[in-house]
Amino acid sequence: MKNITKLGIGLAVLGILAPIGLLASGDAWGEWGNDAFTTMVGFIPKGLARFSNLWSAPFADYTVSGTGDYIGYILSAFGGMLLVMLATWGAGKLLSLNKNNNTGN
Amino acid sequence: MHIPDGYLSPQTCAVMYAAAAPCWYIAARKLKKTLTTKTIPLLSIFSAFSFVLMMFNAPVPGGTTAHAVGGVLIAIILGPWAAVMGVSAALFIQAIFFGDGGILSYGANVFNMAIVLPIVGYWVYRLIAGSSALDSTRQWIGAAVGGYVGINAAALCAAVEFGLQPVLFHTANGTPLYCPYNLSQAIPAMLFAHMTVAGVIEAIVTGGVLVFLRKTMPEILANMAKGVPA
Repeated sequence: MKNITKLGIGLAVLGILAPIGLLASGDAWGEWGNDAFTTMVGFIPKGLARFSNLWSAPFADYTVSGTGDYIGYILSAFGGMLLVMLATWGAGKLLSLNKNNNTGN
Repeated sequence: MHIPDGYLSPQTCAVMYAAAAPCWYIAARKLKKTLTTKTIPLLSIFSAFSFVLMMFNAPVPGGTTAHAVGGVLIAIILGPWAAVMGVSAALFIQAIFFGDGGILSYGANVFNMAIVLPIVGYWVYRLIAGSSALDSTRQWIGAAVGGYVGINAAALCAAVEFGLQPVLFHTANGTPLYCPYNLSQAIPAMLFAHMTVAGVIEAIVTGGVLVFLRKTMPEILANMAKGVPA
């Protein structure tokens, strides 16, 4: 089996196991939603309220509408990995496209 | 460690983009020379690994969570500039599609997790591993310590960015406009989470995967044997 296939299988296993990451409760420090501020510090800082909803991600918090938390997380893991691979591969190809021939491989 | 929009002032975000930009430029120039048809697919795979690794949130005592990044592993295997690009790509997809980390704060997240983390971690690894053989103990110890130090350096940077907000940006009566926690709150909180939990995971992943790859598919580490271009 080619190494790249083995690594791909490894990624698929991680994608299926990803929901383990949902078991830890609570947010990361400094990544709380707006509501959390009201209970933590008693108010929502003005600038924070202004910019916090600047962008609405289609799969916010690794959820996929119409699916449960675990399935949504797994789908997000696979979809995200695919997008990251495409982005990196595309950027890598683009960079090496302009490569001078005399720089070797 | 993905700073959402609203926690940092737009001015801070601009500074962080300005700090990240020259690193992206250097990375692009280096990678133009060093990426090959063999390493591009590997970098894609390891960038995806970094993406999914960040989804494994681990509980931190006190009710928060933290995660490893995998950037030091990429830096050791494919070089620090490849890691800059790979982790930047993972953070970009996380911000755009999954709302993990903001758009304005993307530059700051790149600076912390895609630049400071792999570069600091890589040099710590180099310092410990030196020119030792791939199967030497110094290799995996260097990788593990590099992972641990790299992620904590990144967490410290994020903490300073958070902690400066209430000092620099507040209303006339002192009410914070953005992140309300100052340096003396942000630094201990971020370092605690990363010294006790995320750093340990990053160390185990970096050292463990390196040993695993050496034993099962040493061809992948061929770049390292040749001396990864730093």
